[in-house]
Amino acid sequence: MDNLGELLHGFSIAVTVPHLVLMVVGVLLGILVGVLPGLGAPNGVSLLLPLTFGMQPVSAIILLSSMYWGALFGGSVTSILFNIPGEPSSVATTFDGYPMARDGRPTTALATAFGSAAFGALVGVILITFLASWVAQVALAFGPAEYFAVYFLAFASFVGMGGAAPIKTVVALAIGFSIAAIGIDTVSGSVRLTMGVDELVKGVSFVVAVMGLFGIGELLVAVEEEFHARAVSSKIDWREVFRAVGRLPRHSVALLRSAAIGCWMGITPGGPTAASFMSYGIARRFSRRGRHFGTGEVEGIISPETADHAAGTSALLPMLSLGIPGSATAAVMMGGLMIWGLNPGPMLFVDQKDFVWGLIASMYVGNIVAVALVLLTVPVFAALMRIPFVVIAPLIVIICVVGAYSVSNSYLDVVMMLGFGIVGYLFKKLFYPLAPLVLAIVIGDKAEDAFRQSMLMSKGSLGIFFANKLVTCLIVAGIALLLLPLVLQLARLWRKPAAPATAPTAQEKVII
Amino acid sequence: MGRTSIFLLSAAATMLAGTLPALSAWQPQKPIEFVATAGPGGGTDNLARAVQNIITKHKLIEQPIVVVNKGGGSGAEGYVYGKASAGDPYKVIFGTSNAWQQPLVSKVAFNYTDLTPVAAMAQDEFLLWVKQDAPYKNAGDYLKAAASGEFKMGGAQSKDTDEVLTRMIEKAGKVKLTYIPFKSGAETAVQLAGGHLDSHVNNPSESLGQWRGGTQRPLCVFSPKRLPQGAKVTATEGWGDVPTCVEQGLDIKQYEQPRTVWLPGKVTPDQAAFYVDLMKKVQATPEWKDYIEKTSQVDTFLTGAEFDKFIKEDLEHVKQVAGEQGWLVK
Repeated sequence: MDNLGELLHGFSIAVTVPHLVLMVVGVLLGILVGVLPGLGAPNGVSLLLPLTFGMQPVSAIILLSSMYWGALFGGSVTSILFNIPGEPSSVATTFDGYPMARDGRPTTALATAFGSAAFGALVGVILITFLASWVAQVALAFGPAEYFAVYFLAFASFVGMGGAAPIKTVVALAIGFSIAAIGIDTVSGSVRLTMGVDELVKGVSFVVAVMGLFGIGELLVAVEEEFHARAVSSKIDWREVFRAVGRLPRHSVALLRSAAIGCWMGITPGGPTAASFMSYGIARRFSRRGRHFGTGEVEGIISPETADHAAGTSALLPMLSLGIPGSATAAVMMGGLMIWGLNPGPMLFVDQKDFVWGLIASMYVGNIVAVALVLLTVPVFAALMRIPFVVIAPLIVIICVVGAYSVSNSYLDVVMMLGFGIVGYLFKKLFYPLAPLVLAIVIGDKAEDAFRQSMLMSKGSLGIFFANKLVTCLIVAGIALLLLPLVLQLARLWRKPAAPATAPTAQEKVII
Repeated sequence: MGRTSIFLLSAAATMLAGTLPALSAWQPQKPIEFVATAGPGGGTDNLARAVQNIITKHKLIEQPIVVVNKGGGSGAEGYVYGKASAGDPYKVIFGTSNAWQQPLVSKVAFNYTDLTPVAAMAQDEFLLWVKQDAPYKNAGDYLKAAASGEFKMGGAQSKDTDEVLTRMIEKAGKVKLTYIPFKSGAETAVQLAGGHLDSHVNNPSESLGQWRGGTQRPLCVFSPKRLPQGAKVTATEGWGDVPTCVEQGLDIKQYEQPRTVWLPGKVTPDQAAFYVDLMKKVQATPEWKDYIEKTSQVDTFLTGAEFDKFIKEDLEHVKQVAGEQGWLVK
């Protein structure tokens, strides 16, 4: 229980008036950058970084991490209200959050998202508090083969779900992988798929892709289908905020499962994006109301949000103890640590106790501050849904264009974003699923790098994926998830004509 | 202050600053953009932000400075941007030696000749690192073990500085190493700590925390003489205690990574001189010394003909290694 004593000491550092003020300022700034797509947490934190150079390291990290919490919450707002994810990790929130908001329940959607996000973050911090040293060891066990296995698991939990024809899922994945391949390849160092456009060497930014696919794509569909009746008559009711939060414990299974997935992915470090997708995919498969997912299900919001925040929070641990950032924002903060004269690594917990435990204590307090502030803003944000479509549509276009431009001040990004808008529209019209496409864009290149690094290590033998218990478990779990729907379907087919059908199914599995 | 004293001050400054006139004819009239050819948090980004911070703190110029990250394509994004901004003296590009190395080995749409060199401001050293509990005590043991086994060497990026050095070690030590490229030096360090690799050639700052934490240790430094002593890193050792590789029979005298500063092509000599002078002023501040020490780099300042000579020599050398490996692009 040494950790508990250290934590109490940490609270004495974090809970002081100047630090509480920093938290409030950080959270508010974070919500602001989170809500504006294109700005996002990594950019926001790097803009704020120079201001912290004169501060005490502990105050500086409190300010920056509070901003991170704010941005994580803020990122969900636009996903739910306008179908524009501000952060890669809030894409999965759009799947059910947006339909629910459009049905006139934006207050419920936002409050559910914030409540479950806060729960996820809390689990993440508790994990850090008690298991810091053990967790650091787990992360070290991850070599390229294990990374690939984790990404494979994320894909597997997502493929085969959803109502779309499997072949359409495969097509969407393939397009996503090719987009992820654009730019310089880490393993060979050569330029791929730039088609003679010099600027494409930087690759396609995720933000540009999702703002087009989701924001503009959705807008085009809306213009065509429901142009006249779009203003949602959402009742703004304060009590609904508390009711929605109060209903959360009913979904305790989903909450706990998602938090576990989130923590695992944050530590390993697959990152919050993979975590939220995986959590959504698994919830969809195992929830009793799984087939209603995508139409505004409460658990469809709870699962990605909880996992996202649990992962986002626990991702700070590998950053501190190993110096590997689990997310883009953590990478910026790590740069900050070096500038403040601290070296992330195993010794940080020994040399800089005040800093580490002050930060961990501030995670508890900062998240409480953040959730209180965002719950207060729910009615304000929900009121945005009342604005008539003719006003909000041009605003969405402006947000997307400015957001795409601000990613790297490039005009090409704006053009690409609009192009992705058309792709998004076509996908919707032809009933192709967007989720696998986005998942492949986000973690496709990481999965590819990990696979090829593994192949270099093993000299081309696939045996490396079964070389130890950890990687074997991950791969087997992935394969099982991948084949589960197929097996269930086959079992159903077999059961109809004849009863004893289990044995052939098993054989079938091997063939496939 | 009278005219004479201004004249005297500037004359004094000229003497302090060295060869170039302190009062350049050109002065910036609008905000300046610092382009870091790396993502936030990396070495190049830290340099750009440290310089920005020093300039703002000492009010070295009137105009505000914004740092933007263009690290896509191993930095190619930033250089291509610099090339496209020809004639614009309000964009300063911060990079490394990949400004001239990258165009050799991959089909990127720029060459270092598209940019105007300003200076090389710091040199990052390279060391040979192994896992803490590895059996070899020095580079000789390491080479002996590598000759009989298949060693995995990690590094940041492909066909970049780390892999070039790996191939040089292969040649000098007559061994064969399997090179595994990762996205960054920090990632490589963690892979070594986890025992997934046998060694890597990280810069001091990339593995400092890991050394202190006892997960890995340096065998030798690729430098003609030992590094300055400085503060102890672990309980018993500091950078100055690390022997040179030549001492230990691995005959690679010198291998360093310069941190470079560029302007877009086609800027006037006045404009280039202004930035050379500005960077010199930055280098004279205590904050710069502090930055150099914290990141364990070596202070250096190459500009003009010296910088050109450095590039040419390095280019010849890399060309030779890349040619032997069959990396050169047509």
